[in-house]
Amino acid sequence: FTMGKGHAAIGLYPVLADMGFFPTSDLDNYTRLFSPLGDHPDMKKVMGADFSSGSIGHNLSVSVGMAAGLKLQGSPGRVVCMMGDGEQTEGQIWEAAISAAHWKLNNLVGLVDINGAGSDGDPQETMATEPLKDKWASFGWDVIVLDDGHDLDQTFACLNKALNEPRDKPAVVLAYTVAGKGVSFMEGTWQWHLGFLGPKDLERTYEEIENGVIG
Amino acid sequence: MSKPYMSAELREKIDLTDTTVTEDFDDASWDMVTALALSQQLTTGKTLLDLADAGNDKIVVCTADLGRPTQVVNFGRKYPDRYFNFGIAERNMIGAAAGLATTGLIPIISNYSFFLALMGVENIRNDICYTDLPVKMVGTHSGIAMGFYGTSHHCNEEIGALRAMANLTLMAPCDGNAIRSALTNHIDHPHPIYFRCGRGREAVIYDEPPSFEIGGSNQLRDGDDISILAIGNLVKAALDARDILAKNGIGARIVDMYSINPIDKDAIRRAAGDHKLIVTAEEHNVTGGFGSAVADVIAEEGLGAKLVKIGMPDQYSVLGPPTHLYAHYGLDGEGVAKRVKEALA
Repeated sequence: FTMGKGHAAIGLYPVLADMGFFPTSDLDNYTRLFSPLGDHPDMKKVMGADFSSGSIGHNLSVSVGMAAGLKLQGSPGRVVCMMGDGEQTEGQIWEAAISAAHWKLNNLVGLVDINGAGSDGDPQETMATEPLKDKWASFGWDVIVLDDGHDLDQTFACLNKALNEPRDKPAVVLAYTVAGKGVSFMEGTWQWHLGFLGPKDLERTYEEIENGVIG
Repeated sequence: MSKPYMSAELREKIDLTDTTVTEDFDDASWDMVTALALSQQLTTGKTLLDLADAGNDKIVVCTADLGRPTQVVNFGRKYPDRYFNFGIAERNMIGAAAGLATTGLIPIISNYSFFLALMGVENIRNDICYTDLPVKMVGTHSGIAMGFYGTSHHCNEEIGALRAMANLTLMAPCDGNAIRSALTNHIDHPHPIYFRCGRGREAVIYDEPPSFEIGGSNQLRDGDDISILAIGNLVKAALDARDILAKNGIGARIVDMYSINPIDKDAIRRAAGDHKLIVTAEEHNVTGGFGSAVADVIAEEGLGAKLVKIGMPDQYSVLGPPTHLYAHYGLDGEGVAKRVKEALA
């Protein structure tokens, strides 16, 4: 599993901790001096992080190499690369997409988190990339559209299809999501692409998530 | 109680129009808008707005989804047809800036330094420097200013790469007034220039726009015993170190060597002539950085001074908040003073 959008590593770390890669107590030092857990994943510091990230657009290429290497050596392993919607403007994404289709990397799955939040606002307003479905299809990928990335049944069905359905090409899941979903003051904003919560607001946020429809 | 993120006084002064942080929020909470409001020294957008308002209709601004973080978004609001936000597509942006320059416009690229100078190094060389086009590049958040964002967002190598590029002038404005001088003085320079800047939270060194000439430097303080030649954030660290050293009876000359290439050779000759010890200070790998440029001059001219290069060691930084990293790597007043005392011991 690789992350084109490495800034979502804060969502990966608790999963890795729960899977036993490192103690959950490490999570409390997130981004503090000498912590292995930074804003972006570092494969040399974080057990379970399959590749370092942080520079947008790199990791689909890395995943092409991983998928090709696994195939060459007869491994049944599969590679999933999670990308951002803003990341779709990087030329390297499409260089990687071309090569994955050319080499028929059916062990590679792309996952695009289309959450509408980028540094300068909604990526579609900054630089439109839609219709992504047509773009990925024309680059030779099987496209699976996940209309609501917050509906767990839909999400499992789409990922299951992408990972387990037989095909002779790579597959991409276009996951439509809402940034900050479930937190009243974050939902659907770009302002919380980056931010920090003081103790009071942290409590408020936990409450909203726990009482809400998700998680 | 949590610690306020910013003073009430500052909160009054800054533009928080777009923030979602309202009065019922915790004082310690912040979103992107409030965080960016602290970057008061990133004056690129303000300066370019002033130049455009004064009649310069050649200015076009380019960014790659970093108009807000590098503070040029207001230029785009006022002059939307002269503002090109390419999305996260740096190499496309650099090539297009070169193309814009061929039509007689003055493109200014404003972007994080690691995505501009490191990711785009070959495009900068082939499209802008080899072609000798008057593109002005403002690389912000250089060095380890991005702190816990980690190595992907640090930029300790670009001086080495950019110094080696023919036709390119490389300068480092150390605060907001220096950025203002840099852009105002050189907007019509007919060749490419790269301005290496910080994250905008630098200490104010200049109360008004300083002298900022290609191949120049600004001596800020004189001293009898040593010279500290500094760039960027380390100018403030050098000034702080000078105060500490003064208590130990050591007098330090402090020079802001903002022009990295070409470099002010006279300032280095004067330092070597007056002092046995020259200290260079930069937020960059000491291998191939500003200190190496000073070393070239000392060696080539046979100047008889010992050189101590302060900067990032030749390794990738640990993670942490920026100020914690500066202290850890000795890139603050105390760190610089300590290295000077060790060298003199």
